[in-house]
Amino acid sequence: MYATTYHRPGSVAEAATLIGANPEAKVLAGGQTLLPTMKQHLAAPSDLVDIRRIPGMAGVSAAGGVLTIGAATAHADVARNADVLRHAPALACLAAGIGDPAVRHMGTIGGSVANNDPAADYPSAVLALNATVVTNRREIAADAYFKGMFTTALEEGEIITAIRVTPPKRAGYAKFANPASRYALVGVFVAETASGVRVAVTGAGANGVFRHKGLEAALAASFTPEAVDGVKISAEGLLSDIHAAADYRAHLIGVMARRAVAAA
Amino acid sequence: MAQVSMTVNGKAVKRSVPDTTLLSEFLREHLRLTGTHVGCDTSQCGACVVHVDGRAVKSCTMLAAGADGASVVTIEGLAKDGALHPMQTAFNDNHGLQCGFCTPGMIMSGVDMVARYKAEGRELTEAAIRHELEGNICRCTGYHNIVKSIQDAAARM
Repeated sequence: MYATTYHRPGSVAEAATLIGANPEAKVLAGGQTLLPTMKQHLAAPSDLVDIRRIPGMAGVSAAGGVLTIGAATAHADVARNADVLRHAPALACLAAGIGDPAVRHMGTIGGSVANNDPAADYPSAVLALNATVVTNRREIAADAYFKGMFTTALEEGEIITAIRVTPPKRAGYAKFANPASRYALVGVFVAETASGVRVAVTGAGANGVFRHKGLEAALAASFTPEAVDGVKISAEGLLSDIHAAADYRAHLIGVMARRAVAAA
Repeated sequence: MAQVSMTVNGKAVKRSVPDTTLLSEFLREHLRLTGTHVGCDTSQCGACVVHVDGRAVKSCTMLAAGADGASVVTIEGLAKDGALHPMQTAFNDNHGLQCGFCTPGMIMSGVDMVARYKAEGRELTEAAIRHELEGNICRCTGYHNIVKSIQDAAARM
């Protein structure tokens, strides 16, 4: 990788100062995407600001019945956290299926949500659960956060500190994993939340994670796998690449939606 | 340059290394612990798996500076007083390798998964082992004897 300067700040404020002082700096959390990208010379940040071990950045609290998951909480820790398993088991199930065990020991929820890879798992959960992205500056509702692939509402120097989830009545996640990378070829997260049924699709959209209004309407009327059958899923705006054509992805959205509802 | 201090296989080490030094490079090139292998360098093959603070991680996907202060165990640190770790013995007994290149990572992942399943009181079935080996690639064995080795070791650990 190209030369970079590593920093390990002791607080979020210190991390923000470092990023502010170095316009080409990047936040390093678990590094499971950023470091491979740097090794391939696809990213060359002047500075790396490691937030993984800032006190208070990792861990889960369920105060007041709302899950607050620290940004630096590793996938493996979300997957086996008692509060997550109790209040949002679909989220634990999703975390348990990211990458492989060693990746889950390092990769973080904040890193995944900040990166917003169009095939990552977490964005679908954050969007379907109507979660809140908490940063060092503000709180961002999921609907206002995702702005297209690898693009988010985060401003320069803004750092995610936590993801806040109000437990859904029920939720489920199903993904058709790319056999090689384990990223979602198509992943569908369905949730019955206080603000209605929400369905988010990852892996399929040419512009990143998106909500599927047709599925939401059908599942709001009847939250059953059969309800998915009557929904027409268009291939328009879906990705076509060497792994799958858009019409195949459209078909998979229906299949994964059925499985996700059955699992909820 | 980054000043890096950590405990590796029970021994305190301290080196000054470039900030870009990966943990795998630190172990292999600075400490000469070449049992940790680098197969793909793209975070997929798992030959470089070591334990950092008790957890299996891919050492090619972590900076040495990021492991400052950590306790690291490599394949060289498993045997105690000249006696192989039960996982190593099991790989030997079950012919869990052919060329051996992936074996250090397989063994470090195997030790990690057995410890986790035991701690959580879950049964490490054959299917679970195969699922757990998602991040470790072997190009010779077809995995059967690797799975058998880990099952055997789980019974001994």
